[in-house]
Amino acid sequence: MKAGRLKQILLLTDGCSNYGEDPVAVAALARNQGVTVNVIGVLDDQQRGEPQGLKEVEAIADAGGGVSQIVYQKNLSETVQMVTKQAMNQTIQGVINQELQHILGERKTIEELPPEQRGEVVEIVDDLGETCQLEVLVLVDSSASMHHKLPTVKEALADLSLSLNARTGSNEFSVYSFPDSKHTITQKVAWTSELSAMHGIFQRLSSGGYTPTGPALKEALYAFSKKAIVRDEQGVVDPYEETGF
Amino acid sequence: MKKPDFNLAAGMAIRGKWGHHVYHVVRKLGEGACGVVYLCQKNGVLYALKVGTESSRLMLEVNMLKKFSKVQGVKLGPSFVDVDDWIVNNETYPFYVMEFIEGQPLSVFLKGKKKEWVGICAMQLLSDLEHLHRSGYVFGDLKTDNLLVADSKVQWIDVGGVTAIGRAIKEYTEFYDRGYWGYGSRRADPLYDLFAVTMIMMETVYPNRFDAQKDPKKTLQDKLKSAPLPSEYKKIIAECWRGKYHSATEMKEALGQVLMKRAQPPKRSSRKSVQTDASEWGEMIGVSAIVLAFYGISAWNLWL
Repeated sequence: MKAGRLKQILLLTDGCSNYGEDPVAVAALARNQGVTVNVIGVLDDQQRGEPQGLKEVEAIADAGGGVSQIVYQKNLSETVQMVTKQAMNQTIQGVINQELQHILGERKTIEELPPEQRGEVVEIVDDLGETCQLEVLVLVDSSASMHHKLPTVKEALADLSLSLNARTGSNEFSVYSFPDSKHTITQKVAWTSELSAMHGIFQRLSSGGYTPTGPALKEALYAFSKKAIVRDEQGVVDPYEETGF
Repeated sequence: MKKPDFNLAAGMAIRGKWGHHVYHVVRKLGEGACGVVYLCQKNGVLYALKVGTESSRLMLEVNMLKKFSKVQGVKLGPSFVDVDDWIVNNETYPFYVMEFIEGQPLSVFLKGKKKEWVGICAMQLLSDLEHLHRSGYVFGDLKTDNLLVADSKVQWIDVGGVTAIGRAIKEYTEFYDRGYWGYGSRRADPLYDLFAVTMIMMETVYPNRFDAQKDPKKTLQDKLKSAPLPSEYKKIIAECWRGKYHSATEMKEALGQVLMKRAQPPKRSSRKSVQTDASEWGEMIGVSAIVLAFYGISAWNLWL
C-alpha cells in the first residue's frame, strides 16, 4: 500500500467560542472534506481544574475526527507532537479498517482481529505513518487571554516540526491566527516544511473579547482547498487527493 | 494517551479471549506510556502483564518484544510470553505478558555507592546498545524509568520506543531527547541513544532533572560544569555531545579506559583510616572484576 497525503487542522485555544457559527458543525464539515481537526486546550500553569470554556475542545475534535487534549503550558511541546501523530495514526487506521471490511466482507476492525494478524496489520499502519505526506494547518487563538502563552506556542510548533521532519514522509505546515478584524484569520507562516525560524510571528496582535472559533475553522478549511487548487494548477498529479490515500 | 481507568485488585483473574490462559493479579508494578503493568502469576510462576486500551500500540510493543527477546544470541529486554484480549464488563482490553524482571530502580541501586558505578552502569547500557544497533535498531526512549538493575546488571524493561534506524523516534522523553536540547534530530541513529546515556549519567547527580530554559545548549553545558561527577566522566559526556563517538563501541571503550585507570592502587592518604581504605580496596577489586568480565563477554561475542 502506498502512503497518501493526510490533512489536519490543529487548533490551539484557551477558551470558548462566542461568535459566529458553531465550531462543532464546521469541524464535522471539515472531516467530511477529508480534513481532520485536532484541538488542544492550553491552560495556564497556575490554573486549577478544567474551566468551563474548554468543554468545547473535545466536542470539536470528536466532530472533526481528530484528537483533543487539555494541557498545561509547560507540557505543550510534548502534547502537540503526540496529538498530531496520534491523529495521523487514527486516520490511517480508519482507512485500513475500511479496507478490512472490503476484504473480509463484514464489519471488522483491527481490534477484532486475532493477535497474530493484528500484529501484522499494525506494522502496516506504522509504515504508513512513517512515510505518508502530512499537511498541518495550525490555527492559533491569539485573543487577549492567549497573548502570554504565545511564546510557548511558538516553541511547541518548532518542536512539532522537529518531530515530524524526522519521518521519511514529507511535511508541510502553515500557521494562521485569529481573530482578525478583516479576514477572520491571518496567515502568519506560509506553507513550509520547517517551523523552526518564526521570528516575531505573533507580533501586532489584535486584542478583543471575541473568539470566533467557528468562522476561523471555516476559513482554515478554505485555505486548505485554495492550496489544493494551487497544486492542481501547477499540474501536480495526485491520484490520492480524494480520500487521502 | 488514555490509561485503563480501573484498578485491578490482588487475586483478580485476567482471562485471555483467544488463548484462554488465566493470570492472577498479585500487585501493580507501574504505569507505562500506553498501559498499566501488573505483577501476575500463572501456575506459580510470576509474570509482568501490561494491559492497555490502545490495541495498536500494544501490538507494536509485542512485535518488538518478540524480535528483541533474543538478538544475536544476546537477550535484550524481557522475554515475550503471551498476547491476548481480556473482556470485562463488555469492554475489550488488550494485554500482553512478559518475563518478570525483579530488580531495583537505578537511583536506588546507586544510592551510597561510589561514582565508579555510574560508569559501569553506562558501560553495561552501551554493551547492550552495541548489539541493538548492530541489528539495525535504536532504543529510542532510553531513560531510568525504563531500566532496572538486577544482579548488578542494568536491564531495560520497556521496549516500546525501539525504532528502526533511519525512522522517526517512536517515543521519547524530553530530558533524554537530544532534539529537546538542540543536539540533533529525532531521526533514529545510534548516536541518539548515546546522548540518552549521557543524560542518564547526568541524572545520577541531578535526580530531580532540570529544564532547558531559554538556551537549552547553554543550560546543559552549565549543568555539566557544576555536576559532582568525576572529571573523566564529564570529559566523555562533553565529547559525546560534540559528536566524538560514532558508535556505542567507541564510547564504551573510552569509559572502559577511565575505569581501568581508576582500578590502579590509589595513593595512600595518611588521614584515612585503614578500615575505609580496606573497604575501598574491596570495592575497587569488585569494580575491576566486573569491567574485566564485560570485556570478556564482548570479546566472546565478537568471537562468535
